[in-house]
Amino acid sequence: MSTAPGLRGDRFGAFVAASRDRGELVVQPRMGFGDPGRMRAGLAATRAADATAVGTITLDSYTRVGDHRAARGAVAHGTDLNGYPIVARSADQTRAVLDRLEGEDFPVQVRHGSAVPQDIFRALLDVGLTASEGGPVSYCLPYGRTPLSESVANWREGTEILSGADGTGRSPHLETFGGCMLGQLCPPAMLVAISLLEGLFFAQHGVLGVSLSYAQQTSPEQDREAVRALRRLASEFLRGAEWHVVLYAYMGLYPRTAEGARSLLRQAARTAVEAGAERLIVKTEAEAHRIPTIEENVRALEDAARAAEGTRPVAGADPDSETYTEARALVEAVLEHSDDVGTALLRAFSRGHLDVPFCLHPDNAGRTRSFIDDAGYLRWADTGALPLPPVARRSRADAVTSSSLLSTLSYMERRHDSRAGRRPAPGRNG
Amino acid sequence: MRSIPKGASPVDSGPVTVLSGTSSDSHTWNLVFLQLLLEEAGHRVANIGPCVPDRLLVEECLARTPGLVVVSSVNGHGYDDGLRAVRELRAQPGLARVPAVIGGKLGVNGTLAPDRVRDLLDAGFDAVFADGDTEAFTSHLSRFGLRAAS
Repeated sequence: MSTAPGLRGDRFGAFVAASRDRGELVVQPRMGFGDPGRMRAGLAATRAADATAVGTITLDSYTRVGDHRAARGAVAHGTDLNGYPIVARSADQTRAVLDRLEGEDFPVQVRHGSAVPQDIFRALLDVGLTASEGGPVSYCLPYGRTPLSESVANWREGTEILSGADGTGRSPHLETFGGCMLGQLCPPAMLVAISLLEGLFFAQHGVLGVSLSYAQQTSPEQDREAVRALRRLASEFLRGAEWHVVLYAYMGLYPRTAEGARSLLRQAARTAVEAGAERLIVKTEAEAHRIPTIEENVRALEDAARAAEGTRPVAGADPDSETYTEARALVEAVLEHSDDVGTALLRAFSRGHLDVPFCLHPDNAGRTRSFIDDAGYLRWADTGALPLPPVARRSRADAVTSSSLLSTLSYMERRHDSRAGRRPAPGRNG
Repeated sequence: MRSIPKGASPVDSGPVTVLSGTSSDSHTWNLVFLQLLLEEAGHRVANIGPCVPDRLLVEECLARTPGLVVVSSVNGHGYDDGLRAVRELRAQPGLARVPAVIGGKLGVNGTLAPDRVRDLLDAGFDAVFADGDTEAFTSHLSRFGLRAAS
Protein backbone atom coordinates (compact mmCIF):
# COMPACT_ATOMS: atom_id res chain seq x y z
CA MET A 1 0.00 0.00 0.00
CA SER A 2 1.70 3.18 -1.09
CA THR A 3 -0.23 6.00 0.54
CA ALA A 4 -2.58 6.51 3.44
CA PRO A 5 -5.76 4.46 3.16
CA GLY A 6 -8.89 6.32 2.28
CA LEU A 7 -6.99 9.39 1.17
CA ARG A 8 -8.92 9.66 -2.06
CA GLY A 9 -12.25 8.41 -0.77
CA ASP A 10 -12.03 5.05 -2.50
CA ARG A 11 -14.51 3.28 -0.26
CA PHE A 12 -13.61 -0.20 -1.47
CA GLY A 13 -9.84 0.29 -1.13
CA ALA A 14 -10.23 2.03 2.25
CA PHE A 15 -12.23 -0.88 3.67
CA VAL A 16 -9.56 -3.36 2.57
CA ALA A 17 -6.74 -1.15 3.94
CA ALA A 18 -8.46 -0.80 7.33
CA SER A 19 -9.02 -4.57 7.50
CA ARG A 20 -5.37 -5.20 6.67
CA ASP A 21 -4.32 -2.86 9.47
CA ARG A 22 -6.39 -5.00 11.85
CA GLY A 23 -4.70 -8.13 10.50
CA GLU A 24 -7.90 -9.39 8.85
CA LEU A 25 -8.06 -10.95 5.40
CA VAL A 26 -11.04 -9.59 3.44
CA VAL A 27 -13.06 -12.38 1.83
CA GLN A 28 -15.45 -11.98 -1.07
CA PRO A 29 -17.88 -14.25 -2.94
CA ARG A 30 -18.44 -14.32 -6.70
CA MET A 31 -22.20 -14.23 -6.22
CA GLY A 32 -24.76 -13.02 -8.73
CA PHE A 33 -28.46 -13.76 -9.26
CA GLY A 34 -30.92 -12.59 -11.90
CA ASP A 35 -33.72 -12.04 -9.41
CA PRO A 36 -33.42 -8.75 -7.42
CA GLY A 37 -34.88 -10.29 -4.26
CA ARG A 38 -32.40 -13.14 -4.34
CA MET A 39 -29.54 -10.75 -5.17
CA ARG A 40 -30.44 -8.65 -2.13
CA ALA A 41 -30.69 -11.76 0.05
CA GLY A 42 -27.23 -12.79 -1.17
CA LEU A 43 -25.72 -9.42 -0.25
CA ALA A 44 -27.45 -9.45 3.13
CA ALA A 45 -26.12 -12.95 3.86
CA THR A 46 -22.58 -11.91 2.83
CA ARG A 47 -22.78 -8.89 5.11
CA ALA A 48 -24.03 -11.04 7.98
CA ALA A 49 -21.39 -13.75 7.49
CA ASP A 50 -18.95 -14.36 10.34
CA ALA A 51 -16.06 -12.96 8.30
CA THR A 52 -14.56 -9.63 7.18
CA ALA A 53 -16.40 -9.59 3.87
CA VAL A 54 -17.18 -7.29 0.96
CA GLY A 55 -20.19 -7.81 -1.28
CA THR A 56 -20.35 -8.83 -4.91
CA ILE A 57 -22.87 -8.33 -7.68
CA THR A 58 -21.83 -10.63 -10.52
CA LEU A 59 -23.56 -9.83 -13.80
CA ASP A 60 -25.12 -12.29 -16.26
CA SER A 61 -23.61 -13.48 -19.53
CA TYR A 62 -25.95 -11.41 -21.73
CA THR A 63 -24.98 -8.17 -20.01
CA ARG A 64 -21.34 -9.22 -20.21
CA VAL A 65 -21.44 -9.45 -24.01
CA GLY A 66 -23.50 -6.23 -24.28
CA ASP A 67 -26.70 -8.03 -25.38
CA HIS A 68 -28.98 -5.96 -23.14
CA ARG A 69 -31.98 -6.79 -25.34
CA ALA A 70 -31.57 -10.50 -24.48
CA ALA A 71 -31.14 -9.58 -20.81
CA ARG A 72 -34.33 -7.48 -20.89
CA GLY A 73 -36.10 -10.34 -22.64
CA ALA A 74 -35.03 -12.76 -19.93
CA VAL A 75 -36.19 -10.31 -17.23
CA ALA A 76 -39.57 -9.89 -18.99
CA HIS A 77 -40.09 -13.64 -19.40
CA GLY A 78 -38.76 -14.59 -15.98
CA THR A 79 -36.06 -16.81 -17.53
CA ASP A 80 -33.20 -17.91 -15.26
CA LEU A 81 -30.12 -15.70 -15.68
CA ASN A 82 -26.64 -16.65 -14.47
CA GLY A 83 -26.12 -13.22 -12.86
CA TYR A 84 -27.68 -9.82 -12.13
CA PRO A 85 -28.52 -7.76 -15.27
CA ILE A 86 -27.54 -4.31 -13.94
CA VAL A 87 -28.11 -2.53 -17.29
CA ALA A 88 -31.45 -4.21 -18.03
CA ARG A 89 -32.79 -3.44 -14.53
CA SER A 90 -33.75 0.13 -13.64
CA ALA A 91 -31.52 2.15 -11.32
CA ASP A 92 -34.34 2.20 -8.77
CA GLN A 93 -34.56 -1.59 -8.77
CA THR A 94 -30.82 -1.88 -8.20
CA ARG A 95 -30.85 0.83 -5.50
CA ALA A 96 -33.52 -1.21 -3.73
CA VAL A 97 -31.24 -4.26 -3.92
CA LEU A 98 -28.46 -2.25 -2.21
CA ASP A 99 -30.55 -0.16 0.18
CA ARG A 100 -29.22 -0.13 3.78
CA LEU A 101 -26.79 -2.96 2.95
CA GLU A 102 -24.07 -1.28 0.90
CA GLY A 103 -21.92 1.41 2.53
CA GLU A 104 -18.54 2.24 4.03
CA ASP A 105 -18.72 -0.81 6.29
CA PHE A 106 -19.86 -3.06 3.43
CA PRO A 107 -18.61 -1.97 0.01
CA VAL A 108 -19.98 -3.84 -3.01
CA GLN A 109 -18.03 -4.62 -6.18
CA VAL A 110 -19.64 -5.23 -9.58
CA ARG A 111 -18.05 -8.18 -11.39
CA HIS A 112 -18.82 -8.70 -15.05
CA GLY A 113 -16.19 -10.06 -17.48
CA SER A 114 -16.97 -7.58 -20.27
CA ALA A 115 -14.78 -6.32 -23.11
CA VAL A 116 -17.47 -3.61 -23.59
CA PRO A 117 -17.76 -2.25 -20.04
CA GLN A 118 -18.95 1.32 -20.68
CA ASP A 119 -22.72 0.73 -20.15
CA ILE A 120 -21.97 -1.37 -17.09
CA PHE A 121 -19.80 1.34 -15.54
CA ARG A 122 -22.44 4.03 -16.23
CA ALA A 123 -25.08 1.80 -14.65
CA LEU A 124 -23.05 1.14 -11.49
CA LEU A 125 -22.20 4.83 -11.04
CA ASP A 126 -25.91 5.58 -11.48
CA VAL A 127 -26.76 3.55 -8.40
CA GLY A 128 -23.89 4.95 -6.32
CA LEU A 129 -21.42 2.09 -6.69
CA THR A 130 -17.75 2.76 -7.47
CA ALA A 131 -15.93 -0.58 -7.50
CA SER A 132 -15.59 -2.97 -10.40
CA GLU A 133 -12.95 -5.13 -12.06
CA GLY A 134 -11.63 -6.52 -15.33
CA GLY A 135 -9.11 -5.17 -17.79
CA PRO A 136 -8.46 -4.59 -21.50
CA VAL A 137 -6.52 -7.85 -21.89
CA SER A 138 -8.01 -10.13 -19.25
CA TYR A 139 -11.63 -9.52 -20.28
CA CYS A 140 -10.86 -9.86 -23.96
CA LEU A 141 -8.35 -12.56 -24.82
CA PRO A 142 -9.68 -15.44 -22.75
CA TYR A 143 -13.29 -14.82 -23.69
CA GLY A 144 -15.25 -13.93 -26.73
CA ARG A 145 -14.35 -12.48 -30.09
CA THR A 146 -13.78 -8.78 -29.53
CA PRO A 147 -10.50 -7.71 -31.20
CA LEU A 148 -7.91 -6.66 -28.61
CA SER A 149 -7.65 -3.18 -30.17
CA GLU A 150 -11.41 -2.66 -29.63
CA SER A 151 -11.20 -3.92 -26.07
CA VAL A 152 -8.33 -1.52 -25.31
CA ALA A 153 -10.37 1.37 -26.78
CA ASN A 154 -13.48 0.30 -24.83
CA TRP A 155 -11.54 -0.03 -21.60
CA ARG A 156 -9.89 3.37 -22.12
CA GLU A 157 -13.34 4.92 -22.41
CA GLY A 158 -14.74 2.78 -19.59
CA THR A 159 -11.90 3.59 -17.20
CA GLU A 160 -12.35 7.28 -17.96
CA ILE A 161 -16.11 7.02 -17.31
CA LEU A 162 -15.20 5.77 -13.84
CA SER A 163 -12.40 8.26 -13.23
CA GLY A 164 -14.76 11.04 -14.38
CA ALA A 165 -16.84 10.33 -11.28
CA ASP A 166 -13.82 11.13 -9.09
CA GLY A 167 -14.14 14.43 -7.29
CA THR A 168 -17.85 13.90 -6.67
CA GLY A 169 -16.91 12.31 -3.37
CA ARG A 170 -17.02 8.86 -4.91
CA SER A 171 -13.61 7.67 -6.02
CA PRO A 172 -13.59 4.60 -8.24
CA HIS A 173 -11.76 1.35 -7.63
CA LEU A 174 -10.78 -1.13 -10.32
CA GLU A 175 -9.31 -4.58 -9.87
CA THR A 176 -7.28 -6.21 -12.62
CA PHE A 177 -8.41 -9.65 -13.75
CA GLY A 178 -5.05 -10.19 -15.46
CA GLY A 179 -3.84 -12.50 -12.71
CA CYS A 180 -6.46 -15.06 -13.73
CA MET A 181 -5.82 -15.43 -17.47
CA LEU A 182 -7.61 -18.57 -18.72
CA GLY A 183 -8.04 -19.78 -15.14
CA GLN A 184 -5.26 -22.31 -15.33
CA LEU A 185 -2.06 -23.35 -17.08
CA CYS A 186 -0.75 -19.79 -17.50
CA PRO A 187 2.68 -19.58 -15.83
CA PRO A 188 2.71 -17.22 -12.80
CA ALA A 189 5.19 -14.72 -14.28
CA MET A 190 2.80 -14.00 -17.16
CA LEU A 191 -0.14 -13.60 -14.75
CA VAL A 192 1.86 -11.21 -12.56
CA ALA A 193 3.01 -9.20 -15.59
CA ILE A 194 -0.46 -8.82 -17.17
CA SER A 195 -2.05 -8.00 -13.81
CA LEU A 196 0.50 -5.25 -13.15
CA LEU A 197 0.23 -3.87 -16.70
CA GLU A 198 -3.56 -3.63 -16.40
CA GLY A 199 -3.10 -1.81 -13.08
CA LEU A 200 -0.79 0.66 -14.86
CA PHE A 201 -3.43 1.05 -17.60
CA PHE A 202 -6.12 1.92 -15.00
CA ALA A 203 -3.84 4.44 -13.28
CA GLN A 204 -2.89 6.03 -16.60
CA HIS A 205 -6.59 6.62 -17.30
CA GLY A 206 -7.24 8.18 -13.94
CA VAL A 207 -8.42 5.35 -11.69
CA LEU A 208 -6.00 5.46 -8.76
CA GLY A 209 -7.72 3.00 -6.43
CA VAL A 210 -6.44 -0.28 -7.83
CA SER A 211 -6.24 -3.90 -6.80
CA LEU A 212 -4.00 -6.41 -8.51
CA SER A 213 -5.21 -9.97 -8.87
CA TYR A 214 -3.37 -13.25 -8.91
CA ALA A 215 -5.11 -16.64 -9.08
CA GLN A 216 -3.98 -19.66 -7.08
CA GLN A 217 -2.19 -22.11 -9.39
CA THR A 218 -0.72 -25.57 -8.82
CA SER A 219 1.99 -24.95 -6.19
CA PRO A 220 1.59 -23.03 -2.89
CA GLU A 221 5.34 -22.23 -2.89
CA GLN A 222 5.18 -20.80 -6.40
CA ASP A 223 1.98 -18.90 -5.55
CA ARG A 224 3.61 -17.21 -2.55
CA GLU A 225 6.52 -16.27 -4.76
CA ALA A 226 4.10 -14.81 -7.33
CA VAL A 227 2.13 -12.72 -4.81
CA ARG A 228 5.40 -11.31 -3.43
CA ALA A 229 6.67 -10.61 -6.96
CA LEU A 230 3.41 -8.77 -7.74
CA ARG A 231 3.74 -6.67 -4.55
CA ARG A 232 7.32 -5.76 -5.31
CA LEU A 233 6.57 -4.83 -8.92
CA ALA A 234 3.56 -2.75 -7.81
CA SER A 235 5.72 -0.81 -5.35
CA GLU A 236 8.24 -0.22 -8.14
CA PHE A 237 5.91 0.64 -11.04
CA LEU A 238 2.51 1.69 -9.65
CA ARG A 239 3.49 4.96 -8.03
CA GLY A 240 0.77 7.43 -7.16
CA ALA A 241 -1.94 4.80 -6.84
CA GLU A 242 -3.38 3.15 -3.74
CA TRP A 243 -3.24 -0.56 -4.32
CA HIS A 244 -3.72 -3.94 -2.71
CA VAL A 245 -3.37 -7.52 -3.91
CA VAL A 246 -6.32 -9.89 -4.27
CA LEU A 247 -5.84 -13.64 -4.48
CA TYR A 248 -8.40 -15.78 -6.30
CA ALA A 249 -9.10 -19.29 -5.10
CA TYR A 250 -8.26 -21.72 -7.91
CA MET A 251 -9.96 -20.75 -11.18
CA GLY A 252 -9.39 -24.03 -13.02
CA LEU A 253 -11.25 -27.34 -12.83
CA TYR A 254 -12.40 -27.48 -9.21
CA PRO A 255 -12.51 -30.53 -6.91
CA ARG A 256 -15.81 -32.39 -7.15
CA THR A 257 -16.01 -33.47 -3.52
CA ALA A 258 -17.08 -31.02 -0.81
CA GLU A 259 -14.00 -31.79 1.28
CA GLY A 260 -11.68 -31.48 -1.73
CA ALA A 261 -13.19 -28.10 -2.57
CA ARG A 262 -12.78 -26.87 1.02
CA SER A 263 -9.21 -28.14 1.17
CA LEU A 264 -8.30 -26.14 -1.95
CA LEU A 265 -10.05 -23.01 -0.60
CA ARG A 266 -8.26 -23.25 2.78
CA GLN A 267 -4.95 -23.56 0.94
CA ALA A 268 -5.79 -20.35 -0.94
CA ALA A 269 -6.61 -18.55 2.34
CA ARG A 270 -3.30 -19.65 3.88
CA THR A 271 -1.36 -18.58 0.77
CA ALA A 272 -3.06 -15.16 0.85
CA VAL A 273 -2.09 -14.51 4.48
CA GLU A 274 1.40 -16.01 4.22
CA ALA A 275 2.34 -13.98 1.14
CA GLY A 276 0.58 -10.76 2.19
CA ALA A 277 -2.45 -10.55 -0.14
CA GLU A 278 -5.15 -8.39 1.49
CA ARG A 279 -8.27 -9.90 -0.10
CA LEU A 280 -9.43 -13.34 -1.23
CA ILE A 281 -12.10 -14.27 -3.78
CA VAL A 282 -13.56 -17.57 -2.60
CA LYS A 283 -14.99 -20.58 -4.39
CA THR A 284 -17.61 -22.89 -2.95
CA GLU A 285 -18.01 -26.63 -2.58
CA ALA A 286 -20.59 -26.54 -5.38
CA GLU A 287 -18.12 -24.95 -7.80
CA ALA A 288 -17.56 -28.05 -9.94
CA HIS A 289 -21.27 -28.69 -10.29
CA ARG A 290 -23.41 -25.58 -10.63
CA ILE A 291 -23.93 -21.96 -9.61
CA PRO A 292 -23.68 -22.06 -5.79
CA THR A 293 -26.49 -21.16 -3.41
CA ILE A 294 -26.31 -18.22 -1.01
CA GLU A 295 -25.72 -20.63 1.90
CA GLU A 296 -22.83 -22.35 0.10
CA ASN A 297 -21.25 -18.94 -0.54
CA VAL A 298 -21.54 -17.98 3.13
CA ARG A 299 -20.01 -21.30 4.22
CA ALA A 300 -17.08 -20.70 1.87
CA LEU A 301 -16.56 -17.15 3.21
CA GLU A 302 -16.55 -18.37 6.82
CA ASP A 303 -14.38 -21.38 6.03
CA ALA A 304 -11.80 -19.14 4.33
CA ALA A 305 -11.93 -16.62 7.20
CA ARG A 306 -11.25 -19.37 9.79
CA ALA A 307 -8.32 -20.72 7.73
CA ALA A 308 -6.90 -17.19 7.44
CA GLU A 309 -7.22 -16.55 11.19
CA GLY A 310 -5.07 -19.59 11.90
CA THR A 311 -2.26 -18.41 9.59
CA ARG A 312 0.59 -15.89 10.05
CA PRO A 313 2.47 -13.94 7.38
CA VAL A 314 5.74 -15.52 6.28
CA ALA A 315 8.74 -13.56 5.00
CA GLY A 316 9.85 -14.47 1.50
CA ALA A 317 13.29 -15.98 1.08
CA ASP A 318 14.31 -14.62 -2.31
CA PRO A 319 13.24 -11.15 -3.47
CA ASP A 320 14.79 -11.81 -6.90
CA SER A 321 12.81 -15.02 -7.38
CA GLU A 322 12.36 -16.63 -10.78
CA THR A 323 8.78 -15.34 -10.93
CA TYR A 324 9.87 -11.78 -10.11
CA THR A 325 12.74 -11.84 -12.62
CA GLU A 326 10.57 -13.24 -15.45
CA ALA A 327 7.62 -10.95 -14.71
CA ARG A 328 9.87 -7.89 -14.58
CA ALA A 329 11.45 -8.85 -17.93
CA LEU A 330 7.96 -9.14 -19.48
CA VAL A 331 6.75 -5.82 -18.02
CA GLU A 332 9.87 -3.93 -19.14
CA ALA A 333 9.69 -5.41 -22.65
CA VAL A 334 6.04 -4.33 -22.97
CA LEU A 335 6.61 -0.80 -21.68
CA GLU A 336 9.41 -0.33 -24.22
CA HIS A 337 6.82 -0.43 -27.01
CA SER A 338 5.07 2.82 -25.99
CA ASP A 339 4.53 5.29 -23.14
CA ASP A 340 0.82 4.60 -23.59
CA VAL A 341 0.15 1.33 -21.76
CA GLY A 342 -2.77 0.35 -24.02
CA THR A 343 -0.69 0.84 -27.18
CA ALA A 344 2.22 -0.99 -25.57
CA LEU A 345 -0.05 -3.97 -24.77
CA LEU A 346 -1.32 -4.13 -28.37
CA ARG A 347 2.19 -4.04 -29.85
CA ALA A 348 3.48 -6.60 -27.35
CA PHE A 349 0.73 -9.09 -28.20
CA SER A 350 1.12 -8.58 -31.94
CA ARG A 351 4.84 -9.41 -31.65
CA GLY A 352 4.35 -12.31 -29.26
CA HIS A 353 6.13 -10.49 -26.42
CA LEU A 354 3.05 -11.33 -24.42
CA ASP A 355 1.53 -14.69 -25.38
CA VAL A 356 -0.88 -16.75 -23.29
CA PRO A 357 -0.67 -20.56 -23.59
CA PHE A 358 -3.77 -22.31 -25.01
CA CYS A 359 -5.59 -19.02 -25.68
CA LEU A 360 -7.74 -19.33 -28.84
CA HIS A 361 -8.11 -15.59 -29.49
CA PRO A 362 -6.81 -14.47 -32.92
CA ASP A 363 -4.83 -11.61 -31.34
CA ASN A 364 -2.83 -14.03 -29.18
CA ALA A 365 0.25 -15.37 -30.97
CA GLY A 366 -0.39 -18.89 -29.66
CA ARG A 367 3.26 -19.96 -29.69
CA THR A 368 3.77 -20.55 -25.97
CA ARG A 369 3.02 -23.75 -24.06
CA SER A 370 3.07 -24.64 -20.38
CA PHE A 371 3.22 -27.78 -18.26
CA ILE A 372 3.15 -28.85 -14.62
CA ASP A 373 6.50 -30.24 -13.48
CA ASP A 374 7.09 -33.09 -11.02
CA ALA A 375 7.16 -30.67 -8.07
CA GLY A 376 3.79 -29.17 -9.07
CA TYR A 377 5.29 -25.94 -10.44
CA LEU A 378 3.64 -24.45 -13.50
CA ARG A 379 6.40 -23.88 -16.06
CA TRP A 380 7.02 -22.89 -19.66
CA ALA A 381 7.27 -25.77 -22.14
CA ASP A 382 7.77 -23.26 -24.97
CA THR A 383 8.38 -19.52 -24.53
CA GLY A 384 7.63 -18.71 -28.18
CA ALA A 385 8.73 -15.11 -28.85
CA LEU A 386 8.56 -14.02 -25.19
CA PRO A 387 11.52 -11.95 -23.98
CA LEU A 388 12.55 -14.86 -21.76
CA PRO A 389 15.31 -17.44 -22.11
CA PRO A 390 14.18 -20.33 -24.33
CA VAL A 391 13.48 -23.66 -22.64
CA ALA A 392 14.73 -27.05 -23.83
CA ARG A 393 12.36 -28.51 -26.43
CA ARG A 394 10.23 -31.28 -25.08
CA SER A 395 9.97 -34.52 -27.01
CA ARG A 396 7.18 -35.37 -29.46
CA ALA A 397 5.90 -37.93 -26.97
CA ASP A 398 4.88 -34.92 -24.86
CA ALA A 399 2.54 -33.60 -27.60
CA VAL A 400 -0.76 -32.59 -26.07
CA THR A 401 -3.71 -34.98 -26.59
CA SER A 402 -7.30 -34.67 -25.38
CA SER A 403 -6.57 -37.05 -22.50
CA SER A 404 -3.25 -35.46 -21.51
CA LEU A 405 -4.90 -32.02 -21.61
CA LEU A 406 -7.72 -33.27 -19.40
CA SER A 407 -5.24 -34.83 -17.01
CA THR A 408 -3.26 -31.56 -16.76
CA LEU A 409 -6.42 -29.49 -16.40
CA SER A 410 -7.67 -31.77 -13.60
CA TYR A 411 -4.35 -31.85 -11.69
CA MET A 412 -5.65 -29.85 -8.70
CA GLU A 413 -9.06 -31.51 -8.76
CA ARG A 414 -7.41 -34.93 -8.43
CA ARG A 415 -4.93 -33.83 -5.76
CA HIS A 416 -7.55 -32.36 -3.47
CA ASP A 417 -10.29 -34.90 -4.16
CA SER A 418 -8.02 -37.86 -3.46
CA ARG A 419 -6.96 -36.33 -0.13
CA ALA A 420 -10.62 -36.00 0.69
CA GLY A 421 -11.26 -39.70 0.04
CA ARG A 422 -13.88 -38.88 -2.62
CA ARG A 423 -16.84 -38.24 -0.37
CA PRO A 424 -19.79 -37.15 -2.49
CA ALA A 425 -20.36 -33.43 -2.95
CA PRO A 426 -23.74 -31.74 -2.94
CA GLY A 427 -25.49 -31.18 -6.23
CA ARG A 428 -27.17 -33.28 -8.84
CA ASN A 429 -24.00 -34.35 -10.55
CA GLY A 430 -22.24 -35.23 -7.31
CA MET B 1 -9.65 -18.62 -34.74
CA ARG B 2 -6.04 -19.63 -34.52
CA SER B 3 -5.53 -23.36 -34.28
CA ILE B 4 -4.57 -24.76 -30.93
CA PRO B 5 -1.53 -26.92 -30.41
CA LYS B 6 -1.87 -29.84 -32.72
CA GLY B 7 -2.07 -33.20 -31.06
CA ALA B 8 -0.68 -36.29 -32.72
CA SER B 9 -3.29 -36.16 -35.46
CA PRO B 10 -3.70 -33.06 -37.54
CA VAL B 11 -6.18 -33.95 -40.28
CA ASP B 12 -6.00 -32.06 -43.56
CA SER B 13 -8.60 -33.62 -45.84
CA GLY B 14 -12.23 -34.73 -45.75
CA PRO B 15 -15.32 -32.86 -44.58
CA VAL B 16 -14.81 -30.30 -41.86
CA THR B 17 -16.43 -30.47 -38.44
CA VAL B 18 -17.51 -27.04 -37.18
CA LEU B 19 -16.92 -26.69 -33.44
CA SER B 20 -18.55 -23.72 -31.74
CA GLY B 21 -19.37 -22.16 -28.39
CA THR B 22 -22.76 -20.49 -27.91
CA SER B 23 -23.52 -16.78 -28.24
CA SER B 24 -23.26 -15.95 -24.53
CA ASP B 25 -20.66 -18.54 -23.48
CA SER B 26 -17.08 -17.34 -23.02
CA HIS B 27 -15.53 -20.64 -21.92
CA THR B 28 -12.75 -22.05 -24.09
CA TRP B 29 -11.15 -25.07 -22.34
CA ASN B 30 -14.16 -27.15 -23.42
CA LEU B 31 -13.47 -26.08 -27.03
CA VAL B 32 -9.72 -26.79 -26.78
CA PHE B 33 -10.48 -30.26 -25.37
CA LEU B 34 -13.17 -31.04 -27.96
CA GLN B 35 -10.94 -29.95 -30.84
CA LEU B 36 -8.28 -32.43 -29.72
CA LEU B 37 -10.89 -35.17 -29.16
CA LEU B 38 -12.44 -34.62 -32.59
CA GLU B 39 -9.04 -34.59 -34.30
CA GLU B 40 -8.14 -37.84 -32.59
CA ALA B 41 -11.40 -39.31 -33.98
CA GLY B 42 -10.26 -38.33 -37.48
CA HIS B 43 -12.15 -35.05 -37.85
CA ARG B 44 -10.79 -31.95 -39.55
CA VAL B 45 -11.89 -29.24 -37.15
CA ALA B 46 -12.83 -25.60 -37.69
CA ASN B 47 -12.85 -24.23 -34.15
CA ILE B 48 -15.03 -21.08 -34.33
CA GLY B 49 -14.27 -20.29 -30.69
CA PRO B 50 -16.37 -18.85 -27.84
CA CYS B 51 -19.25 -16.31 -27.91
CA VAL B 52 -20.41 -17.18 -31.42
CA PRO B 53 -23.50 -15.17 -32.44
CA ASP B 54 -26.16 -17.28 -34.21
CA ARG B 55 -25.60 -15.41 -37.48
CA LEU B 56 -21.86 -16.13 -37.42
CA LEU B 57 -22.48 -19.83 -36.78
CA VAL B 58 -24.86 -19.93 -39.76
CA GLU B 59 -22.37 -18.04 -41.98
CA GLU B 60 -19.50 -20.34 -41.01
CA CYS B 61 -21.63 -23.41 -41.70
CA LEU B 62 -22.81 -22.08 -45.07
CA ALA B 63 -19.23 -21.27 -46.04
CA ARG B 64 -17.70 -24.55 -44.88
CA THR B 65 -20.47 -27.11 -45.65
CA PRO B 66 -19.51 -29.19 -42.61
CA GLY B 67 -20.10 -32.90 -42.18
CA LEU B 68 -20.93 -32.26 -38.51
CA VAL B 69 -21.67 -29.28 -36.26
CA VAL B 70 -20.69 -29.58 -32.58
CA VAL B 71 -22.02 -26.93 -30.17
CA SER B 72 -20.58 -26.84 -26.65
CA SER B 73 -21.88 -24.77 -23.73
CA VAL B 74 -20.97 -24.78 -20.05
CA ASN B 75 -22.31 -21.44 -18.75
CA GLY B 76 -25.86 -22.54 -17.96
CA HIS B 77 -27.46 -20.74 -20.91
CA GLY B 78 -26.99 -23.68 -23.29
CA TYR B 79 -30.67 -24.55 -23.41
CA ASP B 80 -31.85 -21.09 -24.54
CA ASP B 81 -28.81 -20.28 -26.66
CA GLY B 82 -28.77 -23.76 -28.23
CA LEU B 83 -32.49 -23.69 -29.08
CA ARG B 84 -32.12 -20.33 -30.83
CA ALA B 85 -28.96 -21.31 -32.67
CA VAL B 86 -30.27 -24.61 -34.02
CA ARG B 87 -33.52 -22.99 -35.21
CA GLU B 88 -31.45 -20.42 -37.12
CA LEU B 89 -29.33 -23.23 -38.53
CA ARG B 90 -32.31 -25.36 -39.60
CA ALA B 91 -34.04 -22.34 -41.17
CA GLN B 92 -31.32 -22.31 -43.84
CA PRO B 93 -32.22 -24.70 -46.70
CA GLY B 94 -28.57 -25.68 -47.09
CA LEU B 95 -28.27 -26.61 -43.43
CA ALA B 96 -31.57 -28.37 -42.84
CA ARG B 97 -29.96 -31.82 -42.73
CA VAL B 98 -26.40 -31.25 -41.54
CA PRO B 99 -25.78 -33.42 -38.45
CA ALA B 100 -25.68 -31.14 -35.39
CA VAL B 101 -25.15 -32.01 -31.72
CA ILE B 102 -24.94 -30.03 -28.48
CA GLY B 103 -23.43 -30.86 -25.11
CA GLY B 104 -22.12 -29.51 -21.82
CA LYS B 105 -23.61 -27.92 -18.72
CA LEU B 106 -26.76 -26.79 -20.47
CA GLY B 107 -28.89 -25.51 -17.56
CA VAL B 108 -28.29 -23.03 -14.74
CA ASN B 109 -28.96 -25.83 -12.24
CA GLY B 110 -26.55 -28.30 -13.87
CA THR B 111 -28.22 -31.22 -15.61
CA LEU B 112 -31.01 -30.45 -18.07
CA ALA B 113 -34.49 -31.84 -17.39
CA PRO B 114 -35.66 -34.54 -19.89
CA ASP B 115 -38.40 -32.34 -21.38
CA ARG B 116 -35.81 -29.65 -22.13
CA VAL B 117 -33.55 -32.22 -23.80
CA ARG B 118 -36.62 -33.14 -25.87
CA ASP B 119 -37.07 -29.45 -26.84
CA LEU B 120 -33.49 -29.29 -28.15
CA LEU B 121 -33.98 -32.47 -30.18
CA ASP B 122 -37.33 -31.25 -31.54
CA ALA B 123 -35.73 -27.94 -32.55
CA GLY B 124 -33.20 -29.76 -34.71
CA PHE B 125 -30.27 -31.20 -32.76
CA ASP B 126 -29.53 -34.85 -33.56
CA ALA B 127 -28.14 -35.55 -30.12
CA VAL B 128 -27.78 -33.85 -26.71
CA PHE B 129 -24.92 -34.82 -24.38
CA ALA B 130 -24.75 -34.24 -20.64
CA ASP B 131 -21.69 -32.70 -19.01
CA GLY B 132 -18.82 -35.18 -18.87
CA ASP B 133 -20.55 -37.74 -21.11
CA THR B 134 -17.45 -38.11 -23.30
CA GLU B 135 -18.08 -41.79 -23.90
CA ALA B 136 -21.52 -41.24 -25.43
CA PHE B 137 -20.10 -38.42 -27.54
CA THR B 138 -17.16 -40.43 -28.91
CA SER B 139 -19.52 -43.34 -29.54
CA HIS B 140 -21.76 -40.94 -31.50
CA LEU B 141 -18.70 -39.77 -33.47
CA SER B 142 -17.92 -43.32 -34.55
CA ARG B 143 -20.97 -43.28 -36.82
CA PHE B 144 -19.22 -40.78 -39.06
CA GLY B 145 -16.90 -43.59 -40.21
CA LEU B 146 -13.74 -41.51 -40.14
CA ARG B 147 -10.37 -43.14 -39.66
CA ALA B 148 -9.41 -42.43 -36.10
CA ALA B 149 -5.86 -41.37 -35.46
CA SER B 150 -3.69 -44.05 -33.94
